[in-house]
Amino acid sequence: MTPINSRSEIDRVEAAVLAALDRFAYPEASRFAIRLALEEGLVNAFLHGHRGLPPEEPVEVSFRVGPSSATISISDQGPGYNPGSVPDPTAEENIELPSGRGLMLIRSFMSEVRHEKNGACLIMRYDRPPPDAA
Amino acid sequence: MAGSESRIKVKRDGSIIEVSFRDRNILDEANIQQIEEEIRAIIDTEEQPRLLINFTDVDHLSSAALGKLITIHNRIRNGKKGQLRLCNIDPQILQVFVITKLNKLFEIHEDAEKARASFK
Repeated sequence: MTPINSRSEIDRVEAAVLAALDRFAYPEASRFAIRLALEEGLVNAFLHGHRGLPPEEPVEVSFRVGPSSATISISDQGPGYNPGSVPDPTAEENIELPSGRGLMLIRSFMSEVRHEKNGACLIMRYDRPPPDAA
Repeated sequence: MAGSESRIKVKRDGSIIEVSFRDRNILDEANIQQIEEEIRAIIDTEEQPRLLINFTDVDHLSSAALGKLITIHNRIRNGKKGQLRLCNIDPQILQVFVITKLNKLFEIHEDAEKARASFK
């Protein structure tokens, strides 16, 4: 687990994940999907998970990239939340709201998304598409 | 924001204001905030803004940036009765608009020429 608590550390983790994807020659669409999910997961952890906590409180990130899948875990120090309670941002009454789309994008771009620690830990897996689908 | 380098490029073509971005990745919360403030400052000087946001060379866009686009959209359309167009969106980013159904909220054009021609 790597503890991070600043934008430069977010950029460093993203660069490390992208470098690992490059080592296995993941296609551009996969890099885009994983980077987006990582960014959204980290921003959610800091903005929502750590609301009310001191800014120096770190979010912990770990990742494992293999030839056929990549798994990322993001764990915040907050009390957690119920992921099922996030309103549907595509509903007509919510479409003009400026927030609430991060989790939906993560679910759309990743193959599997799980929550542990009462929602304070996000575990997401991306399965590399077969070559003809990439 | 004072003293920091601008994060956008602004071009005027008649009554149309075209904004594009200096960054390929619009992810950093502080940058996103600055972009919104810079665009809002432009909108606020116009009576009925006709704003074209050109995403050429933008590779990544976070949901926080989408949120600011919605705020800009609401300010232009609801507050000012102006018009907003988006163009040159990378196909992968366009997928983000489609997933979130924001392609229905925003008027999106393939390129700047078509977007400019669409202003009423």
